Amino acid sequence: MKHWLSLLLVAVLVAAVVPVVGCSESETIKIGALFDVTGPNSPLGTPEKQVVEMMETQINHAGGINGVPIEVIVYDTEGKEDSCVSLATRLIEQDGVVAIIGPSSTGESLAVIDTVDKAQIPMVSCAADERITIPVGDSIWVFKTPQTTYMAVQEIYSYIQDQGITKIAIMTDTKGFGAGGKKDLEDEASNYGLTIVSNQSYDNEETTNWDPFISKIENSGAEAVVCWGTNPGPALIAKALDGTGIPFFGSHGIANTKFIEVAGDAAEGVIFPVGKMLVADQLPDSDPQKAVLLQLKSDYEALYGEGTCNTFAGHAYDALKMVQMAVEEVAPDKETLTEELKDRKAFAAKIRTEIENIEGFAGTGGVFNMSPDDHCGLSKGCMVVVKIVNGEWVWLQD
Amino acid sequence: MSPEQFVDNLISGVAQGSVYALVGLGFTIIYTVTRIINFAQGEFVMLGGVFSFLLFSSVGLPLPLALLLAVLAATVVGAVLYLLAIRPARQASVISLIIITIGASTFIRGVVGQIWGKDYMPPLPHFSGDNQWLWIIGITLVVMVALHLFFSRTMMGKALKACSINRQAASLVGIDARSMAFTSFALAAALGAIGGAVITPLTAPHFRMGLTLGLKGFVAAAVGDFRSQVGTVVGGVILGIAEAMVVVLDWGPFASAYKDVIAMLVLLLVLFFRSSRGAAQEAAS
Amino acid sequence: MLSRVRGKWSYLAIAALLLFLIIIPFKWFLGQYTVILIFIGIHTMVTVGLCLLMGYTGQISLGQAAFYGLGAYFSAVLTKTHGFNPWLAMLVAALATGGFAYAIGFPIFRLRGNYLALATLGLGIIMAVLFRELDQFTGGPTGITGIPYLSIGGFTFDSPFRRYFLVWFFCLAVLLVSQNIVRSRTGRALRAVHGSESAAESVGINVAQFKVKVFVLSAVYASLAGSLYAHHITYVNPSPFGFLFSVMVVVMAVVGGLASVWGAIFGAATVRILSDEILLRFGEWDVIVYGLILVLVMVFMPRGLFVALKEAYERWRLTHRQRGAEA
Repeated sequence: MKHWLSLLLVAVLVAAVVPVVGCSESETIKIGALFDVTGPNSPLGTPEKQVVEMMETQINHAGGINGVPIEVIVYDTEGKEDSCVSLATRLIEQDGVVAIIGPSSTGESLAVIDTVDKAQIPMVSCAADERITIPVGDSIWVFKTPQTTYMAVQEIYSYIQDQGITKIAIMTDTKGFGAGGKKDLEDEASNYGLTIVSNQSYDNEETTNWDPFISKIENSGAEAVVCWGTNPGPALIAKALDGTGIPFFGSHGIANTKFIEVAGDAAEGVIFPVGKMLVADQLPDSDPQKAVLLQLKSDYEALYGEGTCNTFAGHAYDALKMVQMAVEEVAPDKETLTEELKDRKAFAAKIRTEIENIEGFAGTGGVFNMSPDDHCGLSKGCMVVVKIVNGEWVWLQD
Repeated sequence: MSPEQFVDNLISGVAQGSVYALVGLGFTIIYTVTRIINFAQGEFVMLGGVFSFLLFSSVGLPLPLALLLAVLAATVVGAVLYLLAIRPARQASVISLIIITIGASTFIRGVVGQIWGKDYMPPLPHFSGDNQWLWIIGITLVVMVALHLFFSRTMMGKALKACSINRQAASLVGIDARSMAFTSFALAAALGAIGGAVITPLTAPHFRMGLTLGLKGFVAAAVGDFRSQVGTVVGGVILGIAEAMVVVLDWGPFASAYKDVIAMLVLLLVLFFRSSRGAAQEAAS
Repeated sequence: MLSRVRGKWSYLAIAALLLFLIIIPFKWFLGQYTVILIFIGIHTMVTVGLCLLMGYTGQISLGQAAFYGLGAYFSAVLTKTHGFNPWLAMLVAALATGGFAYAIGFPIFRLRGNYLALATLGLGIIMAVLFRELDQFTGGPTGITGIPYLSIGGFTFDSPFRRYFLVWFFCLAVLLVSQNIVRSRTGRALRAVHGSESAAESVGINVAQFKVKVFVLSAVYASLAGSLYAHHITYVNPSPFGFLFSVMVVVMAVVGGLASVWGAIFGAATVRILSDEILLRFGEWDVIVYGLILVLVMVFMPRGLFVALKEAYERWRLTHRQRGAEA
């Protein structure tokens, strides 16, 4: 037994210490990516990682950017802030990247801001919280692609108001995404004539007993439940609510097939605000995002399976696309690009400026108009309200 | 809140607590026999849940068979864990063995995530109708009676008990401590997996689900000082009820978000009360 | 339990270590590892405290993250919200955390039994919830941004290069203080009686009081480490201060070895270098390989890396001498 184990130890150590071969020093545009692939946000980090890997292949297949191949270096942060900081440093110091995509979560994004700011490398975060880019003055090097929670709250509240509902119960995840939602839900309610009659938060990873929460909601006289969180909490709450007759409204955190799978029959009739990805085929042809969305969806699902493409993949797509566009803008031909690659710091600074200048870019999250005052670049109207009917998302046009 | 609702919530708390108790019993059994706090206990819970789902939904077995096989599979993993990782480390101190269980837990979690995906799986159907909580309480009771019979009636159970009371004396009368350790790991894995299997209709099985359920089981076992099975069950049930009641009662500032704080405070109070009474008795005698 | 390193050998080793540590962050040497080394230093401080605590009480603490988090949050809140001088904030944080540890350590160590694990676990869980929920102070789940850097006079620790020296200054100070405790009268006496508490009490040592002191000290170390973390990242949020951090510290302590306070460096370095350097090449398999390595290391080096390395060195010296004698 010990003999067998010692062989294993030797094998693992050899694999760990032998340097990676094929570490090409040839000319590439290096872009870093930090995603939580194995930690608590792995359901978000995994599609983010997959989409950038897919895009790397696509771009290089088409001859790279102006004839220079790109290299996307993806590291798994395991959802840890400290790992994220040292990996960001590694990307900047050792790998020599010109821009960073990610991280997946708000906490990690805020933690690396100081690092990218000092190193003067642009970063396009895939996390939702508005504190990442507001105020821009905290760091001019940081951008983000997901829609902010505030926009989603406005969309769903105005829909609820139109239904003639006045008393709502809110259920929010205690983690970052839900807590951001809780704040905006509380602040905005009165603007839409809504009264919050029950206000509860739950721990997404550990709650299995939902009955006491549901009893409270039933007794509060709420006419609807608004739940802010990511899987599996909202799905389990929708399931537990099934049979009480109280309608369930969600957030853009449940914008994936997983929600429908986990909630089962209880998913029917669930209404939530979301970016246009889920209803891409229902958009009018005049919508500038339609073509982008359908293209990404078909490419991604051809590679990773039917129904796998979701808005999180979209956030990373938008981020990498912006970097690509900025690079093309800085160096419109191969000669300039080769020249720029010689001075990485200056190149990174120019990329930052060009990201800030992006205007009218129809991405998956909306039409982005970046500016020195707005490093998110999205405005109201980039989100729609959808309803789940027969396991499909249906756009509820007003 | 109407009395019926109150009773319903109490039952849900007791049932949730029974799951914690099952997981906790796994900690207790391994600890009494080997003095190891098994940090991989939560992974057995996860395996019970994930395997139940896979066997039922992906393989298509009937529910009872899927649950049974899932528990068996997790038991095998427990036994293999002992044979491959704990047994070879013969000269290791207890604390090193604890770290081995931490490593093993990371390994098992990683493998499951890599093979069967890192996203949540749909819950299983309820065992019957809409009374999963009663099923959980019933199954837990059956398991506890079986455990009691095992420890008091069977040769192996008695040997385990002897081993946990005094290992040296047990080996003097011919009980092989190592095969007892093996049995304790398998038994603990089975108990954890049962906990995972019965809760799966109410939650979404997932490669990280063992982290929190394992922690709750740890708390239950710690209330019994890792030695007392009765203490573990009491600890688990109190924890389950406390969690439910904090939400139900919703005292002003103690909103639902403070659920864990209240539950932990209740347990710490129980603990201090019990041990200070123990100390008082010690002083009196 | 805690062994002593012999005089001459130890000074030489310390001098070599110091020299090595000083030249590491320079660009021409291992400059790219500066940030990882800062984290190793910070984690070593937490681990040393735990080594002492586990060594002298024989019990596991699963709540070091709570003290680490208290240090970080005290520093963050006092400097960012109340405009304290960062050094003063650090001192207040350490005192408050130490006092807090004393208040809870006092009852814990008067009880007989393995209650440290549950009590510290409970403390860890409660603190994690408080960091998250007391959002008027802590900023809630998204935390506090823009924490100022530490500075002396006009010299600001605003780059990783500068912070590296700051962190390792603290780290070495903590290690030396700990070494002195191991060598103190009480420390030696406790080792001499080999953990037998009744024997120690019979020679007039107040075991409970000594344990409480070690517990408080471990909390203060963790608090200082937390303050350094806050001024290094310039941001705090609840997630680095949860249960998983406490478990990681236990792993670091045992992997390094409880036999010596210096083992803490090895433990912290191994875990950090594994997760931030070596395992990267395994992509998504990183956690699987990490688990495997942890199991294998403990099977083959059950007393930790420090002892394993020392024994290997002594074996090598022995064979070397024998060969010398033969020739």
